[in-house]
Parts: sequence; structure tokens; C-alpha cells
Amino acid sequence: MKHHQEGPFDTSQDPPTFVGSPDVEVFRSYLRQHKSFDLKEKVMSEHEAVARFVSDGDYIGFELYGTVRCPMSIAREIVRQRKKHLKVLGQGILEVDLLLAAGLVDYMDITYVGYEVYGVSPILRRAVEQGKVRTADWSNGAIAWRLKAAAMGVPFIPIRSMLGSEMLKTNGAVAMTDPYTGLEVVLLPALVLDVGIIHVHRADPYGNAQIDGIQGFAAELARASKKLIISAEEIVDPEEIRKYPERTIIPYFLVDAVVHAPFGSHPGEMAYMYERDEPHLKMYLQKIRTEEGAQEYLEEYVYSTANHEEYIEKVGGWDRMKVLSKLAVKR
Amino acid sequence: MKREYTPTELLICLAARLFEDRTTAFIGTGIPMLAAALARKLYTPNLVPIFEFGGVGSPLEYLPRAVGEARTFHRAIWAAGICEIMETSQRGLVEYGFLGAAQIDPYGNLNTTVIGSYDHPKVRLPGAGGGNDVGSLCWRTIILMKHEKHRFVERLDFLTTPGYLEGGDSREKAGLPKGSGPYRVVTNLAVLGFDEKTKRMKLLSLNPGVTVEQVIENTGFELIIPDQVEVNDPPTEEELRVLREEIDPEGFYLETVSGQALDFVTFHCRKSRKTATVAIQRDRTGRIVDVLACSATDQECEQECQEAILKGMFKDNP
Repeated sequence: MKHHQEGPFDTSQDPPTFVGSPDVEVFRSYLRQHKSFDLKEKVMSEHEAVARFVSDGDYIGFELYGTVRCPMSIAREIVRQRKKHLKVLGQGILEVDLLLAAGLVDYMDITYVGYEVYGVSPILRRAVEQGKVRTADWSNGAIAWRLKAAAMGVPFIPIRSMLGSEMLKTNGAVAMTDPYTGLEVVLLPALVLDVGIIHVHRADPYGNAQIDGIQGFAAELARASKKLIISAEEIVDPEEIRKYPERTIIPYFLVDAVVHAPFGSHPGEMAYMYERDEPHLKMYLQKIRTEEGAQEYLEEYVYSTANHEEYIEKVGGWDRMKVLSKLAVKR
Repeated sequence: MKREYTPTELLICLAARLFEDRTTAFIGTGIPMLAAALARKLYTPNLVPIFEFGGVGSPLEYLPRAVGEARTFHRAIWAAGICEIMETSQRGLVEYGFLGAAQIDPYGNLNTTVIGSYDHPKVRLPGAGGGNDVGSLCWRTIILMKHEKHRFVERLDFLTTPGYLEGGDSREKAGLPKGSGPYRVVTNLAVLGFDEKTKRMKLLSLNPGVTVEQVIENTGFELIIPDQVEVNDPPTEEELRVLREEIDPEGFYLETVSGQALDFVTFHCRKSRKTATVAIQRDRTGRIVDVLACSATDQECEQECQEAILKGMFKDNP
């Protein structure tokens, strides 16, 4: 087997190319030491969850798609607590933008940061074009598969996308000849996260979690995380979980914190539950066009609100949330 | 009388006519969603839309506004996850894929990463997203482009998504699936394909009122121009009616800026003597044209209020 692309595959660099270390031996030891099979209650405030489980310099991954099922209440709390020098998985929009606007991110493994029909993120543009954040580029599939490799407990996974793309020069993944068939494949390094953050429809106090509708890459990200924070629209009785165990997408022993966050995806949406807040989103997009506007937004909606409850009041209160629920497309 | 149409509407109609029925299409945000919905209504009713975050086989009765939202799997046959979808593509089960880009080169390679150099970009673009996977793993990709000289370039600033790489058999040699690759490039000026052998881009047909010279002028590299170039049919009455009235009646994509917009107003409800929040739809002049939902739960009350709001009896933020 020979390397076809010379990637900057050097974990001694700072930040190293593969920031989420693909060392599965370290990961195994960590999990054995830190994960517990005790059925213990883990419900806590977002303040406590972030204070206890997010540290300066951590590699954080949020699981979401576009404006859907975003753990926004947790993202806002990270900004409030000003966790610094973060490395993040850039597969999102709103949550990454908030961290970037607050100047908390040093490094990003980016797949897509943009507002789909509303275009490029001005916050991402400013951060990258002004050289404030280092990036490596991947495809959506590649990031999900990197997490999958970590979830499988293997150091890499072979795939057939990313071949021929210059993204390999930015991220250091290598293409190789498969010894069995002679086919060229890209070997993606596993991605182990320091902190995974996922917003779900419901969880019990132990952390057993269910998601309605599509699951994005929640299962993979949960299994690829050293520390895992779950925020949930609803905290349910463990009996609810035991009634439909096949629906548990994240079992409790992966979870470190459970945060009750009704409308936690706002201004994003939640399948079957509530619609995204289009007027708020448009106002936000208007604001973030300028650096000053972005800072004003952070000031008004993040720093000057003490918690998720206050944020909801700020953006229109529970009446508005109720209307957003009514607007959701139901089953 | 011929109906007027916008360049976006033309693009949607041209793309909608390209599918074979009983196949799958990987759908991205915007024009691909409208094209797939239109194709299902008029031409290929059994086309199965697939969305990267897991939605498979939705009849698209509600137009999605994003690739992961609930409408992408409303009444779908499968709500999966991203690995399932990408792996289904990697196994060869997804026929069509849609792509868009800031730049395209003669071999259909695409740039959605940066303008300028990677380390010091002039413009940081959103990134590959699922585009690289679609362009690598689907059998036939349809690329939607604005036909401008600075977008159709000899050399990309960054190769994000592979087309035919350097042409010939270089795509296959790089390890990408045999027999896959760019199928059509649909632009506001023309529909283009690729030469079977060299894999260089070639003009196939012109949009109504467009000349070969115009296409050449707006392309930054040498195109293969065949002797015979056909002219595409303009959007039909039926296509435009279905698009505007059935698929995107609110004008979310067709008139993103000037179309109707959701808004919230609060008013004092006389019946419950409480302040209520109401979701309304405004037209482009700001007039309230529809009342969608109210935070007061009483059904009867809602009906009464709706009429009152539409008649302008309540003022915004009293």
C-alpha cells in the first residue's frame, strides 16, 4: 500500500491536523473509566451542564441539520460562559455562528456553514477571511462517517467520496489502494469528540433518548463523544422508554448530562413539534451582516439573558412558542 | 397569450424534464426541491426524492425550505439518518443528484469552498456539504449554474466536488464509481452535456431566445459546439401554473424577497381579556392576507379573531 496524497498528518502540530484524535485505545480507556452503567439521574440546568462538561480548548460537536433540532439553548450557554479556544465541528449554522461571532473558536472541521436559501454566513466569512479561525474541509458524509468510525471503535473507515477533491489537501486524509480489490479509497480518520451535544424530542432522567423523524447523525455522534450533553424538549418517565426500547437512539450510559429545554432549538425547528421562527431568523440574518450587528445580537439575546427561560421571554414568550407549535407540519 | 417566466422558473422546468421515472433523486435546497416536486406532478410521478439527512420518498406535498426539515420526510416511506443515505448512494442505488457551485470547469468539477486561495480566501463559501458525496456517489448528476464567464472557468480556485477531473478516464482512475459523473449542466442560457470520450463540456441545447454566441461569450473556456443545436421549449402554461399555484404558492423560492412573509403580531383579545400572539401572512405591501395560528386555544374564538384581524379591526402591537 502506498500513500497517494501527502497530507499534513501530524498530530504534534498545534492544532494538529486530526484534532479529534483517532486513537481508539485512548478512547476505549477513557470510556471504561468514565462511563457508568448506574441508572442515576442526570437532569441539571444548562448552566451546570456546560460548567461541568465543557472546558476551554475542548473539541465540541453539535448534532443537527440546518436549522433543525439545533441544541441552541446549550450553544447560547457556552457563549454566556465564554468557553474559549474551542475546536468545533462545522456542520451546522446557527450554533457555530454564535460561537464564531463570540470569538470562541480556534479551529473548525467544516463541511457546510451557511443558510441554504439565504446564502453564505457573514459571520463565517469574517472569521475565516480575517484569519481568526483555522479550517479543514470535509464532506457531510465524511464527517458522519468519521464519527461512525469512532462509534465502531476503529481508527479509520474507507469511503468512496472525497476522492479527487482538493479537500484532502486541507484535511490530511489519505487515499490508498485497497489491498483486496485494487480500488482507490479514502481512509477517513475516526473523529473522537471531547463533547457531543444533541437536542432530542424526549429523554428520561437517566439520559435514554428518543428522536422523532430523521436522525441525522445523532447515533454516530453520541457514540463518538467522550462527554455527552443531551437537551430534551420533554423529560419523560423511564417507563415510557421501557415501553418502546427499540426507539432508544441514545442509551443512558453514553450520557453525562440531561437538560430540559422546551423549544431548545429556537429559532430553529423541531420535527412534528414546532416550526422555525422565520421572522426571528430574518432579523438575525439582517443583524449579522455587520460585525457590530452580530455583537448586538449576542448582547441582546445571549449575554443579557441569564438562561433559556429568559431567552424565550425575550424572543416573544410562550405565546409565540405556542403559535410556532401550531404552525408545525404534523404527521 | 404566452406567459412571462423568470430565469429561475425556466431552470426548474428544464431540470424537471430530465428525470427517468421510477428512479431516485438526491435533492438539495431550492431549485432541486421545486424541480423534483414539479417532475412528480407532471412527468415522473414515481420519482423518489432522497434528502441527505434521512428523508426518503416524501410525496413533497409541502415544499421543504431546508434539507433537514420535517417536510422532507412528511408522509415519507423512510426517515433514516445521513450515514444510511450516503451509504445507499455509495452502494449505487441513487440515480440522480443535484449540484450547484460558485465555479465549474470544462470537466464539470465544482468549487463551493473558497474564491481565492484556501489559506487566504477572498471569499469563504459555505463548503462542500453533501455536494461532494452526491457528486462522487450518484450515477448521474445535474448541475445547476448561473451562466457567467467568472463562474465557467478554465481552472477552479478550489476543487471541492469531482466531475470528470482531468477528463478521459481520470475520474474512474481516481477510484470514483465507474460509469458515474456529471450528466447535464442546466443554466439560464442553455443545457450542456459532456463528450463521451474526452468528457469535456459540450453545448446540447439553447434556451429560448439565446444564441450560440451568447453562450460562448459567457463561458470562460472552450466549449464543444456541435453542428446541430436544438432549442429548449419554454416553460409551458401547465408547468408555470403547477409551480406557482400548487408547489410554491407562498413564493418562498420563486419570490424569496418579495413574496408573502410570515410575521407575528400581538393584540389584546377582547374575549379572553388576554394578550395573544398571532401568526399572520403579509403580502409584499405589508398587508395582512392570512391568519395562520393564534396562541389562544379556543377554536370558535380563533375564527372570529381571524375575520377581525383580516378586516383590520385589530392594530398590530396595540
